[in-house]
Amino acid sequence: MDFFDRFAVPHPSLAIYASMAAIGLTIIAVIAGLTYFKKWGYLWREWLTTVDHKRIGIMYLLSALLMLFRGGVDAIMMRAQLAVPENTLLDAQHYNEIFTTHGIVMILFMAMPFIMFFMNFVVPLQIGARDVAFPRLNALSFWLFFMGAMLFNISFVVGGSPDAGWTSYFPLAGTEFSESVGNNYYMIAIQIAGIGTLMTGINFITTILKMRAPGMTLMKMPMFTWSALIANVIIVFAFPVLAVLLAMGTLDRQFGTNFFTMDNGGMDMLWANIFWVWGHPEVYILILPAFGIYSEVISTFARRNLYGYKSMVGSMVIISLLSFLVWAHHFFTMGQGAFTNSIFSITTMAIAVPTGVKIFNWLLTLRKGKIVFTTPMLYSMLFIPLFTLGGVTGVMLAMSAADYQYHNTMFLVAHFHNVIIPGVVYAMLAGLHYYWPKMFGFMLNEKIGKWTAWLLSIGFILAFMPMYVSGLDGQARRMYTYSEAAGFGLMNMISFVGAAIMAIGFVLIVYNIYYSTRYESRDISNDPWDARTLEWSTHTPVPEYNFAILPDVRSNEALWDAKKNGHVLFKGEYQKIHMPNNSGIPFIMSCIFFVWGFSFVFSLWIPVILTTIGIFVCMALRSFEQDHGRYISVKEIEETETNLRGA
Amino acid sequence: MSQLFPMKQVLGFVFSLLLTTVALAVYFLDMSFAAGMTILLVTAFIQAGLQLVVFMHAGETKDKSAIYTNVFYGLIIALVTVFGTLLAMVWDM
Ligand code: HEM
Ligand SMILES: [Cu+2]
Repeated sequence: MDFFDRFAVPHPSLAIYASMAAIGLTIIAVIAGLTYFKKWGYLWREWLTTVDHKRIGIMYLLSALLMLFRGGVDAIMMRAQLAVPENTLLDAQHYNEIFTTHGIVMILFMAMPFIMFFMNFVVPLQIGARDVAFPRLNALSFWLFFMGAMLFNISFVVGGSPDAGWTSYFPLAGTEFSESVGNNYYMIAIQIAGIGTLMTGINFITTILKMRAPGMTLMKMPMFTWSALIANVIIVFAFPVLAVLLAMGTLDRQFGTNFFTMDNGGMDMLWANIFWVWGHPEVYILILPAFGIYSEVISTFARRNLYGYKSMVGSMVIISLLSFLVWAHHFFTMGQGAFTNSIFSITTMAIAVPTGVKIFNWLLTLRKGKIVFTTPMLYSMLFIPLFTLGGVTGVMLAMSAADYQYHNTMFLVAHFHNVIIPGVVYAMLAGLHYYWPKMFGFMLNEKIGKWTAWLLSIGFILAFMPMYVSGLDGQARRMYTYSEAAGFGLMNMISFVGAAIMAIGFVLIVYNIYYSTRYESRDISNDPWDARTLEWSTHTPVPEYNFAILPDVRSNEALWDAKKNGHVLFKGEYQKIHMPNNSGIPFIMSCIFFVWGFSFVFSLWIPVILTTIGIFVCMALRSFEQDHGRYISVKEIEETETNLRGA
Repeated sequence: MSQLFPMKQVLGFVFSLLLTTVALAVYFLDMSFAAGMTILLVTAFIQAGLQLVVFMHAGETKDKSAIYTNVFYGLIIALVTVFGTLLAMVWDM
């Protein structure tokens, strides 16, 4: 191939050229805006170099929202294409690229950063810590994730998007059947983001094990922190598998090895196998923190303590282990014998048990509670029935013999959206409304919030319930069109209407942010929801050191003890506080990683070598750097505290 | 004097060299695949344990239990993954 041909989009269309122009214009607008308003310095000092867990959390949030819309546009395009039989809105190749990027973007670049946002923002506050254990590593995690996501996102305008599904099964994803650089993007971009995630895992396990406030034993941790701990343990065990898998994929695609080829001793099914060794735990990495958020929200708005604390913790520990024992349920039909399938069927069904325990605990928390219907609570109440439905269809899929009927049909697609949307996405929206006042000092509008929750739910039901039906009728997933005679037209039209309603719901969220920024009262307390855990005991906005005096904890509801039982949270005098310094290295190193990744995708070996050296130089600089952080003096603390209290 | 000389570490180092030599021998000596694999697996696990305890100080702080729990958890998951894969991809095809 000619040198420059590689960078061209292999399968262009008007929409892609329009996006190119749009991306170009946006970049110019951002640069011009920053220069005009003289914000470069501010951006660099306050955001690009920050190591503050709250700010890093907010950057995760912004990226997640951005990616939600990127993935959402993909979704609408797919539903529009399928709305009527033999539609020609998209051709097969575009449809393939779109469902591939939709899956990756939504799971790895939307849902993952969203839970990273919650972990970053909430966990240190909830355990009464001043930051995470390794603040600078945390910044590096974020920037690596961000650069990975951006690298993945430019694929469709430079060189072409991956098109072998988010699962990227070989041999389809190998060079024999996928020549363009699209699948190189898949391997490299996810690798970079994955390294960041792995580091987050280590960082948060350490934070939670080592930095809890005095008196907070493991069994006195709030439930969200527990869920974060377990999710991070799963990350630490699952993400190395992904890293190795992607490295093997890269070797196959770019260095001619034969791990996953069909001849020369390769084993094509090995990809699917290892992919799901990571992939199934991954879905639990997403759902457990979501469960944690529901636990916080439900106990706050049922105005009582969480029912069955110990069984909640126990069931999460069991889920974390079981999640590694079920992966083969994703390829029951690949040809292994009934014995193997039966084993994995049983382990899979077993997961429904601890999940069910959690559902019952939430229901029993509601019982005898004085329920307050706020927006976060509304999302949680919609979550319980809708998610249970998804769990039930999961158990249907878990029966290996029956799965021969369901596998890779729209029934499967309906199942996983049914667990991921009410399970994970609703938790994020509930959490967004719940923690918004702590982040920004005003509430999101409740009325618009509730409208959104209902619209999303109606849209969700219309969009995904028909897929169960058309799936059972035999409509396969990942097919870009179907014939009129197949009779899937009506169901797919209903789906499209549902998807459009959901799109309106997501736009309403943005409108709500805009509306609330302009009109909502800034006069709110530090604890506007009358909540129970430590994150609500500090000021709004949260000072950079989080707590002037580290709280003293007696139960898993320390703030509630303080409010109702006269427990004194903050004892003693102010002392100077040790804080980490900002650093530009994580950002710079990640930018180098971006160039490294881009060069790697296009096999430009000289820049790859140069940037590899650059990465090692960054690490060496860090190793030899003498940085002992800085101290905030007692005087400064006093000033900040009186200012914040005075408001 | 006995406190100053890092006896444990030196012995550990000698032992780990020994393990490496044994593993290396598999390449140079002529033996069956099964025998070679067994030797490699056994020496690899002992080597990893040795490094962890002697040189990475796994048992020396009060985080001992957290560290060992983690290691065992990892071990279980690794074994399950390997044998599950063998089952699905090779033994039961
Ligand atoms: C009661 C619990 C659950 C059971 C028994 C279950 C069972 C299953 C089974 C057997 C499959 C494979 C079906 C097939 O390929 O034919 C599957 C697919 C899937 N499940 Fe679940 N599941 C459960 C919960 C969840 C949760 C909580 C999530 C995510 C948060 C989830 C996400 C997914 C995804 C993403 C896929 C499909 C991936 C793909 O092929 O692209 N599941 N589930
Ligand atoms: Cu699964």
